[in-house]
Amino acid sequence: MNALITCEHVDFGYENYDAVVDVSMEINQGDYLCIVGENGSGKSTLMKGILGLLKPTAGTLSIAEELKRGGIGYLPQQTAAQKDFPATVYEVVRSGCLSRMGNRPFYTKEEKKLTLERMETLGIMPLKNHCYRELSGGQQQRVLIARALCATKSLLVLDEPITGLDPSAIQDFYGILRKLNQEEQVTVLMVSHDIQNVVSQANKILHLQQRVLFYGTVTQYRDSQAGRKFLGNHQEIQNENKKGGSRR
Amino acid sequence: MIGVISEMLSYPFLVRAFVGGILVSLCASLLGVSLVLKRYSMIGDGLSHVSFGALSIAIAFGWSPLAVSIPVVVLAAFFLLRITENGKMKSDAAIAMISASALAIGIIVTSMTTGMTTDISSYMFGSILAMSPSDVRLSIVLSVVVLGLFVFCYHKLFAVTFDESFAKATGVRVDFYNVLIAILTAVTIVLGMRMMGAMLISSLIIFPALTSMRVFKSFRGVVISSGLVSASCFVLGMAVSYTCSTPAGASVVVINLICFLLFAAWKAAGRIRR
Repeated sequence: MNALITCEHVDFGYENYDAVVDVSMEINQGDYLCIVGENGSGKSTLMKGILGLLKPTAGTLSIAEELKRGGIGYLPQQTAAQKDFPATVYEVVRSGCLSRMGNRPFYTKEEKKLTLERMETLGIMPLKNHCYRELSGGQQQRVLIARALCATKSLLVLDEPITGLDPSAIQDFYGILRKLNQEEQVTVLMVSHDIQNVVSQANKILHLQQRVLFYGTVTQYRDSQAGRKFLGNHQEIQNENKKGGSRR
Repeated sequence: MIGVISEMLSYPFLVRAFVGGILVSLCASLLGVSLVLKRYSMIGDGLSHVSFGALSIAIAFGWSPLAVSIPVVVLAAFFLLRITENGKMKSDAAIAMISASALAIGIIVTSMTTGMTTDISSYMFGSILAMSPSDVRLSIVLSVVVLGLFVFCYHKLFAVTFDESFAKATGVRVDFYNVLIAILTAVTIVLGMRMMGAMLISSLIIFPALTSMRVFKSFRGVVISSGLVSASCFVLGMAVSYTCSTPAGASVVVINLICFLLFAAWKAAGRIRR
């Protein structure tokens, strides 16, 4: 099996400092990899590097031929401007086909068909002509996944996707990702804070703190020092909260 | 109404004002959709003040106004985009700073040389006599470029406006489009400001997009409607200015405001009916 993306001792950084140092990892077809870490640990920088928006300052980053051709399905964090953007769901999803377009000014019939297929997969056909700004957070996220899947079905990259979603929308969202990963063999790479859910969803974890603290499967992570500390902290805090709640 | 307009068209300077004005409002409104949605609404205001500064310097030294102000304003637009992209300063603060400084320099240069002449006042508030034949030619070229951009790069512009990071990741040259929009905006403002006035030109950029966003739900709808709203508000404003002898620029802005209120009311009415 060929790796989609391979990093070997890669550094990423800006003008005067390195945000990420010495990362080695591999993303294979069908993986569900989560990058976790605290704020400022270099998660977003690493992801920008994988997307090709930053050049590595050291090491080698190789990207499979099929990704270079089709591009990467990327789901960035939502910006404030998007919240009141006048665009229909169809227009937003269709813009995912842009990477196939090159210098051609208009979309082809196949691209329009692909748009509809992806909307079908995500169950947003009934919303086709609705305005993006009038959708709920969960629905907007479905639209953005459909858009990312128009670019490629091989790799989906998500940046803090659950920010601002309510609890039921979060569960719904993880359900969609699991289904895509298991039934459609979409490779998922996610950057997230939501460590509790991530551990139950993903099959591989990369814990970043400028350097790699841990890289391996979820089961190994639960037993590792980094994992116990990170997960343990959260559990202790939750327990304390519960105690505090019962006392009151 | 049609009688008034055909009467107006018998004056050559008004024909020029109509042709130039309609084309400039069309360009301003199309570029405005992208600028408003990207939260750059104030860029028009900032650039018009820079243009005022450049024009007053050009007049003081007896240089050709367009040849001086277009490069200066293009540079300012480029510079504004750069500072905000680097994240060193928030865009609203950067624009406010640059626009006030340019205005101040313009006022100092004028008071030291010619003093507040009618020329300067017409740059502030616009003059219908300002469109020269060469301005009209330049506005035709500008609108061909802007319309071409919106027809042939429509989908890329949509992606750049809606989500820069996604567009970048799919290989769209985001910076190129941003710079292109800034340059075209700069030229539009320099061309339009002598007719509309430095204080009023930014309304041509902001109003049509905001008005259309009240009612239309699709990006395509907003773009097309902005162009139509802008051109018709301009024609109506000119007719009002001619019949009531009100200042041209201010009349166009007031018509734009009325149009905005009508669209907002239409939307509110639609909501109540539901």
